[in-house]
Amino acid sequence: MYPAPFEYHRARSVDEAISLLSQYGSDAKLIAGGHSLLPMMKLRLATPAHLIDIRTIDGLQYIEDKGDYIAIGAGTSHAAIEKSDLLKQKMPLLPQAAAVIGDPQVRNMGTIGGSLAHADPAADYPAAVLAAGAQLVAVGEDGERVIPAEEFFVELFQTDLDEREILTEIRVPVISGNTRGAYLKFPHPASRFAIVGCAALVTLENNVCSDVRVAFTGVASTAFRDSGVEDALRGQPLNESTIQKAAEQAAESDELEIMEDNFASEDYRRHLAKVYAKRTLMQIASAF
Amino acid sequence: MEIPIKLTVNGEVVERRVEPRLLLVNFLRDVLGLTGTHVGCDTSSCGACTILMDGKAVKSCTLLAVQADGAELVTVEGLAKNGELHPIQEGFWQEHGLQCGFCTPGMIMAAYQLLEENPNPSEEEIRHALEGNYCRCTGYHNIVKSVQYAAKKLNR
Repeated sequence: MYPAPFEYHRARSVDEAISLLSQYGSDAKLIAGGHSLLPMMKLRLATPAHLIDIRTIDGLQYIEDKGDYIAIGAGTSHAAIEKSDLLKQKMPLLPQAAAVIGDPQVRNMGTIGGSLAHADPAADYPAAVLAAGAQLVAVGEDGERVIPAEEFFVELFQTDLDEREILTEIRVPVISGNTRGAYLKFPHPASRFAIVGCAALVTLENNVCSDVRVAFTGVASTAFRDSGVEDALRGQPLNESTIQKAAEQAAESDELEIMEDNFASEDYRRHLAKVYAKRTLMQIASAF
Repeated sequence: MEIPIKLTVNGEVVERRVEPRLLLVNFLRDVLGLTGTHVGCDTSSCGACTILMDGKAVKSCTLLAVQADGAELVTVEGLAKNGELHPIQEGFWQEHGLQCGFCTPGMIMAAYQLLEENPNPSEEEIRHALEGNYCRCTGYHNIVKSVQYAAKKLNR
């Protein structure tokens, strides 16, 4: 299965990638690991006339401690994030999400930036970066801008990125000693994509949940934070009964349009959201 | 427009000009004649096309040949040395780790990366590491035994 013909460009720097993007506009696509884009190109769901390789850019693959946050280069592979001791210690939610993406071979090639920019509604990272409160750094002709994860995912496969911008870095805040996080998903048995995935971060102060962040993937056209669950748990102690009550609020917002496909009906997805909210929060409770 | 690429395949430097849309697996099979690497699902699910790129197991059906420019590749043909099977290959022989054999090269290459990173894997770790490889004969039990055989032999 060959993709449709295209012209191939190797970018050696972020600036070169941006100038190629400016030149070819909507005819161009960036390719990093290619594990989202190439399958779509083979099916001719994507037929870019120009492919700009950014895996060839030195300096997009790193995980660095910046004090308040960890900076992750957009070209960093899922495998590197999965195995990062720094992240395991300071934002374990991310390695936990990375470890359940696809399979080992896919994790060796796929990149965090590629996955986020692709914005597949069933991808694992979107929920993780929302719960983590990450900031995404995009660079374009006019320089750099920092996009909060909440504003990044716009619609199905659509992000806030301009077609002439490139995602270069993901900044995840470092968690404090009284914060725990987890990511759990119900994977599709063949594709391993999330039918429903839940990422959560809970901070306890005086045995009460002072900060709660709960995000879902797989449920709607984009990953989202679920204020129903968050509000129900904030100010409460963290135990099975408070978690159960909060989890029942999952995917109940009137504004939410729940996806439906051959694998899972709307009702089943809503049910799974509650089940996975509970499991994720219970795992967090047991980690304190 | 064809693009020049230069890479190392099983220790030999290879230089070719390729069409950008040529998949790495087709480059290996059709251009270099290394047909040990198989095309199974062609959708990065089954793992039959698994090779090592710079020491990491990857699915060569979901890579362009141009993306492998400058890389070091190892295919299943690169494992045996001086006519002697690699311990993983020997394990598949000894433990009846293959039936039809179609998935075998991919299984072997995925197992190769596992044993590089974790020389003493548990059964669960082996099964987890082979998550990206399907055996449609469903011969998983003996595949796990083959990898255990190889781990034992490599650690001797």
